[in-house]
Amino acid sequence: MIPSPTINDTALRPRLRSLFRLQWEPTQSAYVLLYPEGMVKLNPSAGEILVRCDGTRELDGIIDELEALFSASNLAVEVYRFIDNARQLGWID
Amino acid sequence: MTTEIAHPSPPLWLLAELTYRCPLHCAFCYNPVDFAKHSAELDTDTWCDLITQARAMGAAQIGFSGGEPLVRDDLEILVAHARGLGFYTNLITSGVGLDEARIARLKEAGLDHIQLSFQDSTRELNDFISSTRTFELKQRVARLIKAYGYPMVLNCVLHRYNLPHVAKIIDMALDIGVDYLELANTQYYGWAMLNREQLMPTIEQLREAEAVVNAYRDKLGNRCRILFVVPDYFEARPKACMNGWGSVFLGIAPDGTALPCHAARSLPGLELPNVRDASLAHIWYENSAFNAFRGDSWMREPCRTCDERAIDHGGCRCQAYLLTGDAAAADPVCSKSPNHGQIEQVVALARHPTRDAKGQPMIFRSKENSLRLG
Repeated sequence: MIPSPTINDTALRPRLRSLFRLQWEPTQSAYVLLYPEGMVKLNPSAGEILVRCDGTRELDGIIDELEALFSASNLAVEVYRFIDNARQLGWID
Repeated sequence: MTTEIAHPSPPLWLLAELTYRCPLHCAFCYNPVDFAKHSAELDTDTWCDLITQARAMGAAQIGFSGGEPLVRDDLEILVAHARGLGFYTNLITSGVGLDEARIARLKEAGLDHIQLSFQDSTRELNDFISSTRTFELKQRVARLIKAYGYPMVLNCVLHRYNLPHVAKIIDMALDIGVDYLELANTQYYGWAMLNREQLMPTIEQLREAEAVVNAYRDKLGNRCRILFVVPDYFEARPKACMNGWGSVFLGIAPDGTALPCHAARSLPGLELPNVRDASLAHIWYENSAFNAFRGDSWMREPCRTCDERAIDHGGCRCQAYLLTGDAAAADPVCSKSPNHGQIEQVVALARHPTRDAKGQPMIFRSKENSLRLG
């Protein structure tokens, strides 16, 4: 029998909650997070993290992609901190 | 020293007031008292063109409101058009007219979110204050909205009569499973201003309700966000109304009048532009009404030299006019305003033991009353 997904699984593959829509806004040159009657303009790193929180990527994979994108290393702490914060704000599962 | 805004940033929030027609008659409605005199409505093509213009300028949120937007049978077309351009589409509704066929069509059109209004947790008060029998209907609509998977905001306007029911209202919202609950204390414009004496709560009612809300918030976390908008009459500083005049909000009234604020129609001497006569970009950036209260060079004392003027922009222009007769005065909600005593008087009157005996009957929003009083 295949075990059903556990809490660990969602923690490993973060996913934007369906209450929110992430979208690139050309006039603001930024990703924005849209939700009922509200909008948050994201800074470039926040936008690039969140756009990868689609429930298919593992957190380690997201960190690898971002380190390649920004030609940086050791982004793990920053990404973990952002994910933690985004969970507290209710943006991701 | 004052500063001018060289070039305003684009509007982010387009409020499309599709119609002033409404099956409800709420005594706290913010629509203009003379709404019946502005009954001509823009057609579908004009709305589609306006939505396209606003999106091109940079607006990302659109609210379909009114009146009751569901009385327009082209709502689905407008939602699909806005969603297709990348707008986050919000329907702000009483629920009347939202049957299952329609809710499915709106989902198909790409509607992102529905904000449903309730007037109370009890049938008696819901139906009294809206002067309709809509309580059971709203219960059914709320469950349909959830069944179709929409993010859902439940909005309840608070006042003297339902503030003691706040715990029950929150329980009702939790039972329905809403994502956000907006407990919006009455703001005194339009019909609410006519009924101010009846609707004004006591400070004790407010503090008690706020304590109840805070206790629920601690318990609920992210399960349901509760917004509790404190009525500005009970504050010592005014709200940053509209986040600043002509800053993010662009409203369009049913007849095409462009509004820098919901209540701007009440301001005399302000010639509001109509979208039939000019492009939205021209209206937003060039029109004198939209520029009238941008920046701070229009301010008088005590705002002009106040070190908080960039925070609250002097408060609400419409409230300043309603209470002082001067739209450029400081919002009297501010304790620095020479007119603040008026606010204190109204708040004190709400606690007066004999106030009930003196009160005039509630005036409900209706076409007849609009023609009579507008």
